Amino acid sequence: MAGIAAGGSRRSPFAPYLLVAPGVLWLLFFFVIPIATLGKTAVSAQGVPWYDGFARAYTSYGVHFFRSFRYALAATLAGLALGYPLAYVIAFRSGRLKNLLLGLVILPFFTTFLVRTFAWKTILNDSGPAVWLLVRLHILPEGGQLLNTTMGVVGGLTYNFLPFMILPIYVSLEKIDRRLTEAAQDLYSGPWASFRKVVLPLSMPGVFAGSLLTFIPATGDFINAELLGSPNQQMIGTVIQNQFLQVRDYPLAASLSFVLMAIITIGVLAYARVLGTEELA
Amino acid sequence: MAAPLRWRVAAAGRRLATRSLDIYGGLVLVYLFLPIFVIILYSFNKPEGKFNFVWKSFSLDAWANPFKYEALVDAMKLSLKVASLSTAVATIFGTLIALALCRYVFKGSGLVNLLLVLPLTTPEIVLGSSLLSLFLNLNTATGFRTIVIAHIMFSVSYVALTVRARIRGFDWTLEEAAMDLGATPFRVVTKVTLPLIAPGIAAAGMLSFALSLDDFIITLFNSGSRVTYPLYVYGAQRAAFPPQINVLATAILAGSLLLLGGTVLWQERSARLAMIGPKA
Repeated sequence: MAGIAAGGSRRSPFAPYLLVAPGVLWLLFFFVIPIATLGKTAVSAQGVPWYDGFARAYTSYGVHFFRSFRYALAATLAGLALGYPLAYVIAFRSGRLKNLLLGLVILPFFTTFLVRTFAWKTILNDSGPAVWLLVRLHILPEGGQLLNTTMGVVGGLTYNFLPFMILPIYVSLEKIDRRLTEAAQDLYSGPWASFRKVVLPLSMPGVFAGSLLTFIPATGDFINAELLGSPNQQMIGTVIQNQFLQVRDYPLAASLSFVLMAIITIGVLAYARVLGTEELA
Repeated sequence: MAAPLRWRVAAAGRRLATRSLDIYGGLVLVYLFLPIFVIILYSFNKPEGKFNFVWKSFSLDAWANPFKYEALVDAMKLSLKVASLSTAVATIFGTLIALALCRYVFKGSGLVNLLLVLPLTTPEIVLGSSLLSLFLNLNTATGFRTIVIAHIMFSVSYVALTVRARIRGFDWTLEEAAMDLGATPFRVVTKVTLPLIAPGIAAAGMLSFALSLDDFIITLFNSGSRVTYPLYVYGAQRAAFPPQINVLATAILAGSLLLLGGTVLWQERSARLAMIGPKA
């Protein structure tokens, strides 16, 4: 802290503002103002009450909203079930393999997300290897499907955002002082009890951050639903995209987008109040 | 005799539990890997019909003619151009913000933090559609310019947060020392500050480049008639999906692995160099 004060005292008091100005102005012009414009567009329809767009968003596409939140929640829970154990193994049990395993976790980021999702189509299609195997194992009935089902879409969502779940959990596990678990064991705690009472509570910031980083993009995603699902699995993202770019009913499209953002922002702000914005970064 | 046996059973049970945990973690890694394996494998496929969807026979055709489809090559070029331009701008903007946040205590820094985090907690579809509403309201035609504007917008936050995380806790008194020894402010920046923060900036720049190259949703809203690489793939998945897409994806993967390996080596070297300096 002394370094900061000393460094600051030699410079003008405007220095930090000059440094942040270009980036902050960019975000004001192309993030904050657009959100305001979105709100304005939502209430811009002529000859109808101002809330017409919102009313139609709810009556026509309420079901898509609920479905999107449901799928995102399922993907988040599945991501936790898959990601937490792997993060734990990497943090506590991988030894010299740690950096290699971390590299493997971020490897999917280096191939385009659309190509990866298309690859799932190759794996899950009706004549593909996954269906063949599951039918032989009698897990799936003869003629059963994975593609064009809810399971296919949720599986794709889970896959796409899994690294975002694993990395924050890994970071918070890695920070835990090993002496704490040793102390718990010295006090005759079994491995399960020391996990539940020491490790799990200390890793909660990572679990929260990972859950948000999975849930938020999963809610707005429509690629998985479009590539791996049927119209019965259509999510709110497809509707917004369609209304904006094809139908061009801008008040309705903007209302849909605005409502999605409002619901998520309220959730995030509630979370930020509990843990502070620093944890998200 | 009963007690030791019980202990031995308990110990064996514990070993079994940790072993199955390792296996479970390994299976999750396989799950992460499966599509990548499929992408690479199917770049050697000779598909029947327009879609590279079902395995037909092994072939090196696509690898021999990776640039057969002009539209795919054009899309790749556009994506590389957008990514280079937006990364250059976003890296400068983001690094400046990170420096301000790490080096100064100033009024409004909390607000700047919030402004950085909010784009990350807003779904991409909202970012893309709100930017399109702005351009519609201003009667701005969407195209190359608007794609770059959008990419800079979402990259600034990632760069600022990555650089900040990397340079937090650096020993800034080294700059003081350089100044005390008579270095001009310009020399301080080029000889002390930049070498210290360069690895963080490089990591942030790579992240920004990768995000730009991969962005689909925000670009879809603001691209007008221009087609980037992800947009091409999106169109291909409806019309015709040649194995050349897999070839390019595999090549990008290999290229980024090389780049990543190089950066890791370089960062380890810089980390060793940074250890030489006096610690506060």
